[in-house]
Amino acid sequence: MIQVNGLTKDYGARRAIDNLTFDAEQGEIVGFLGPNGAGKTTTMRILTAYMPPTDGTATVAGYDVVEESLEVRKRVGYLPETVPLYNDMTALEYLKFMASLRRIPDPEERAYETLEGVNLEDRADSYIGTFSKGMRQRVGLAQALIHRPEVLILDEPTIGLDPAQVVEMRNVIREIGKDRTVLLSTHILSEAQQMCDRVLIINKGKIVAEDTPENLQSRLVGSQRVVLRVRGDSDGLTNKITKVKGIRAVESKPDGSVEFEFGAGEDARPLVAKAVVQGGYELLEMRPVGLSLEEIFLELTRDNSAEEETS
Amino acid sequence: MRNIWIIAKREFDHYFISPIAYVVAFMILLTIGIIFAINIYFFIQNALQSYGQVPDISPITGAFGFLLVLSIPAITMRLVADEARMGTLELLLTAPVRDFELVAGKWLGGFLFILTIIAVTLVYPLILNGLVSPGIDQQLVMSSYLGVILVAASFLALGVGISAVFTNQVAAFFVTLSTFVFLWWLIGFPAQVLQGSASEVFRYLDMKTHFYDALNLGSIKLADLVYFFSLIALGLFVGTTAIETRRWR
Repeated sequence: MIQVNGLTKDYGARRAIDNLTFDAEQGEIVGFLGPNGAGKTTTMRILTAYMPPTDGTATVAGYDVVEESLEVRKRVGYLPETVPLYNDMTALEYLKFMASLRRIPDPEERAYETLEGVNLEDRADSYIGTFSKGMRQRVGLAQALIHRPEVLILDEPTIGLDPAQVVEMRNVIREIGKDRTVLLSTHILSEAQQMCDRVLIINKGKIVAEDTPENLQSRLVGSQRVVLRVRGDSDGLTNKITKVKGIRAVESKPDGSVEFEFGAGEDARPLVAKAVVQGGYELLEMRPVGLSLEEIFLELTRDNSAEEETS
Repeated sequence: MRNIWIIAKREFDHYFISPIAYVVAFMILLTIGIIFAINIYFFIQNALQSYGQVPDISPITGAFGFLLVLSIPAITMRLVADEARMGTLELLLTAPVRDFELVAGKWLGGFLFILTIIAVTLVYPLILNGLVSPGIDQQLVMSSYLGVILVAASFLALGVGISAVFTNQVAAFFVTLSTFVFLWWLIGFPAQVLQGSASEVFRYLDMKTHFYDALNLGSIKLADLVYFFSLIALGLFVGTTAIETRRWR
């Protein structure tokens, strides 16, 4: 549904995205993950035919974003990062306006249906200017869905929402993503983990990793992390563990537990247990923790910037 | 073409909840009303002394030139600049709407609003017609009002074009106002100084001659119509180009 080939965009001398290549199938939710300024919004703006690329090609639903831009725009629903709303219109008026621009036969009926879809039907006649951030986000999503597009592009759809609204928005997107292609961007990793079938990690305009959230996680398990808890004070424990053979890193957590890391080949747990007991501590718990996507992400983006500095 | 209408309608509706639009409408209608009252007063005075002329509508339509120079920048400044500020331009530029349709729709929305205000002032020719026997010159009324409408349409097109260049409303306002002042008052001066064909060029560029020396005197000539239609086309072209340029930035 989305095919991107060698996409590059320069803003003056600055290269925002550099030779991006990826695709997305129908019914797939693809997460675009990266720090602020990585080029997520730029890529999305090119895919929605808002701006042309400097180089490379992109097709959405089989149409070229530059050559057949109107066809692309008919088939894409887009929720930009700053939700584009007219504060002086009611939710219904706004959606009716968008439905008419999209040539939907009965704009009023479709506008109302779509509002129901995002649970805002009881506020249909309220002015958008009076809406909370979460409601604004939902009206923005309704706008992107009004023409039942084949492809949905959402730029930071959960930013600025409270936790309950985030959960609700994620559910809505997962529901939509069952039969449509969704490309969403986020800089929250757990979000990508929860919602996406596939994650593209982008940093400084380049794709640094592309895989399912699970694979990404297992890919970087070159080391193992274990969390350890003792009864009472854990003062001095980190020192003892650091001395154990094979330990790469030790970190004491604010809740009193200690996390340590060792190479995957050499299990240091028995040695650590012995050291802890010999030190007079009462061992309560020792359990492995998976490397979180957060850490993978930091790992990948750190490597990338280090490379750039040396070159 | 339907898109132009949909965008124009939204814009037109917006004016009726916008304070600036009411201020503009109030200013135009009040000024025109006062000028009409003064004219009637002098007409009656002159008539009593029995050397008066037949009253006509040109002082009223004539006042529009100055009023439009001042008020149209306030109407057009937000048309595109505000969409850019609110982020809704991104919405319109990713909707299946051509850039020209967007600019033309904005222009048409503003034009319909100004037409509404101009239509209200038609009560004055009607009153005047009732006061004078056997009535005032109908053709002059038509020609003068056509002039007012063309001046408004040209100013609006230029205003939309300039608004599309800027992201800041205040910048759009002052550039638009300066452009109008230049076209209406300043560009005609070289015509008085220069000689021959150079003088003719500046005379043609001078907007107020096409209004005061032609349409507002009852003469409808092709050269004047071409002038106004060229300005409308220029304004819409500048607007469309500015939007296309935004995409490339």
